[in-house]
Amino acid sequence: MSTQPLSQFETTKETTEETTKQKDVMRVESLTYTYPGAPKPSLHAIDLPIRRNKITALIGPSGCGKSTLLRAMNRIHDLYPGNHYEGRILLATPEGREMEDILEIKKENDLIRLRQRVGMIFQKPTPFPMTIFENVAYGLKLSGMKNKSDIEERVVTALQGSAIWKETKDRLHESAMGLSGGQQQRLCIARAVALKPEVLLFDEPTSALDPISTGAIEELIAELKKEVSIAIVTHNMQQASRLSDYTAFMYIGDLIEYNKTSKIFLNPDQKLTEDYITGRFG
Amino acid sequence: MNRLMLNKLILALSTASAVIGIGFLLWILTTLVVKGISSTHLSTFTHDLVDGGIRNLIVGQFTMALLATIIAVPLGLMAGIYLREYSQSPKLSATLRNLSDVMMSAPSIVIGVFVYALFVDPFGGYNGWAGSIALAIMMVPIIIGTTDNMLALVPQELREAGIALGGSKHKIILQIVLRAAKVGITTGILLSFARIIGETAPLLFTSANNQFFTMDMSGQFPSLTVSIYNLATYPDAASQDLAWAASFILTVIVLIINLGGRYLTRHKH
Amino acid sequence: MGGKLFRNVSFLSATLSFFILLGIFVILFHYAQDAMHTFGWDFLRIDQWEPGEDDEGGMFGGVIPIVGTLLTTLIAMVIAVPLSMGIAIFLTEIAHKNLVKPVGVAIELLAAIPSIIYGMWGLFYFAPIIQHTFGGNGVGLLTAGIVLAIMIIPFMAAITRDAMNTTPPVLKESAYAMGATTFDVVKDVVMPYAKGGIIGSIILALGRALGETMAVAFLIGSVLKFPSKITDPTTSIPVLLANNFSEAQDLELSSMYLLALLLFVVSFIIISLAKFYFLGRSAK
Repeated sequence: MSTQPLSQFETTKETTEETTKQKDVMRVESLTYTYPGAPKPSLHAIDLPIRRNKITALIGPSGCGKSTLLRAMNRIHDLYPGNHYEGRILLATPEGREMEDILEIKKENDLIRLRQRVGMIFQKPTPFPMTIFENVAYGLKLSGMKNKSDIEERVVTALQGSAIWKETKDRLHESAMGLSGGQQQRLCIARAVALKPEVLLFDEPTSALDPISTGAIEELIAELKKEVSIAIVTHNMQQASRLSDYTAFMYIGDLIEYNKTSKIFLNPDQKLTEDYITGRFG
Repeated sequence: MNRLMLNKLILALSTASAVIGIGFLLWILTTLVVKGISSTHLSTFTHDLVDGGIRNLIVGQFTMALLATIIAVPLGLMAGIYLREYSQSPKLSATLRNLSDVMMSAPSIVIGVFVYALFVDPFGGYNGWAGSIALAIMMVPIIIGTTDNMLALVPQELREAGIALGGSKHKIILQIVLRAAKVGITTGILLSFARIIGETAPLLFTSANNQFFTMDMSGQFPSLTVSIYNLATYPDAASQDLAWAASFILTVIVLIINLGGRYLTRHKH
Repeated sequence: MGGKLFRNVSFLSATLSFFILLGIFVILFHYAQDAMHTFGWDFLRIDQWEPGEDDEGGMFGGVIPIVGTLLTTLIAMVIAVPLSMGIAIFLTEIAHKNLVKPVGVAIELLAAIPSIIYGMWGLFYFAPIIQHTFGGNGVGLLTAGIVLAIMIIPFMAAITRDAMNTTPPVLKESAYAMGATTFDVVKDVVMPYAKGGIIGSIILALGRALGETMAVAFLIGSVLKFPSKITDPTTSIPVLLANNFSEAQDLELSSMYLLALLLFVVSFIIISLAKFYFLGRSAK
């Protein structure tokens, strides 16, 4: 299945870059991705911008490639050797004037730096077997921070910013395993936020949680976009419509439609999108 | 950058460990094959120890191991069945499981001493029965462990379906559950057989050894492994060669049974 | 009909381990009485193993084989623990997936080779290398310790690998997603997660090394003397039993039983520790 040229993409590459920050913090350009040993690509020539300080939702039925796409954006796929990328994934430099292709990164050192700039939250909460404090401080230590009081300050700020400070301030030095599922997930968000990333990737962050915890996480994500640009994979369409500014609908490895969330949910251009949104399949 | 260097160093050391491990395996196997093949002749299999062969030793070792299996398998199976199918008290079954594991790790020489005190000393001397019993004591906990683990893999629905059809509990265990776990348990029995057939220490003062061919288990009984220990420490080349031939054949037997057991489970799952 | 009998027989079989362990303790204790009464706690201090005139009485003490057992085990553990951890890390975190299976199977086969083969190979091929490199006469503490290490490595590596493999992949991924290196992930995520299993495997291997007979019997030298340097020959409890048990009588035999009892009790304690505290397999 081929997609139509997506007219709403700002493909203007050189026009605005001198004066202001790039509007997109990240831009996937004709990305084709093949898993190790797979005969056919799982993503076909995907084009997708991630807008600065906005939330972009990736939706689509299981197996459509939304998580695969997300996992290309911090190159976590590279943990399993033998995969193949084509195309470009551009990431704005910290100053925001230029973009660099993260698929060009070869050195382990640079990959590590990339992952500290592009954080990731997983489907299930993944607290490390350490205390709450150490969990949040872990990434900071990895990034080379040594000064104890600096680390402490960043940990506290991150916990506060992730709406988990109240529940943890009296038990910072207890094991993180003792927290509830929703608390653990907010801790994982704090852990990622502490590194002050430019982009945060959420891979179905609430699918393992109850409705109340889900609500807390959604509130938090909406709050976080002031600081960071967000891409979120979800199979929950209400979540996508509540939360996101832009939505991309994917189907069997193709990006079918990308637009403002309101447009996608109220008046999609593609029949396939409409069928999915209205629950006719998926 | 320091952290990356440390990472590279540790990864290199880990890889080196694996290379060292495999290196020793190859070294030992190569030695065995080279020394073993050059020392093995047709007459090695047709003569008994007294005439410079190992026929009686292979037969003796297999006889004792088979008898041990005949003793140990029903006991181990039944114990495993109790632990997984009957036990109502998690505490009791946890304790019994742990005790069985402790028994599995008991020093084999101590089991030899124990069997000597019970089945050799009072009966007037070394005998093949005692050797088999010592091997059976080593085997039982291994069979308990595999049975227990394999029964745990049988889906609960299978038992419930059997009960729903009106089967009695012990019939369902025997006719459905055990059958479902058959392949895994068979593999476990093969692996434990491979383990005990290579044992030496529990046989040293139970069966001891016999140079002649015999099937009389009430007297000293020929053992391949005990013979290897004796032959290897004799100074003459002929004895040492025979020890290599015996070691080679023992290892081939052990590895074939082992691989066979593994192949069985891979085939099924 | 039959159901109740079947159940009872299975219950009796399940309690067999308990009765055998108890039986071993009682029997060894019973036959060791003579030596216990004669020597008391001095048995742990006496450094002689001398039958008296006409096999009457004599002086028997366990300190040399006890020290020999502890030293060979110590040498073996010092070598085996880091190498086993390395192999487990290699198999879980480094090796290409096409390599994991064959290397894993090879390690397990190495664990299946009878210990007497290790002993014999060690005597004829490894001892000369030690003699050439470190002096001495080839057999002794060091040779026995190294070959013992080679023997327990596959066992320890296999259990450690299984423990490390229980770490959920997503936990490792989330550490990588924060910029951790493989070693960071092993050190901060895998090791803490698999801690119980890893410590358990080390203790089980320790128990195995303490009780190993055949690999050590070929290589330790079987001399009733304290070693003054690492290449010196000495003896260990299992080796003394293997070589002298069948000829011993009266007080010497009783002393042998006492040595066996000591070995049994120590390994019982060590293995129970591993099982009850670190390797909770009851829930499996």
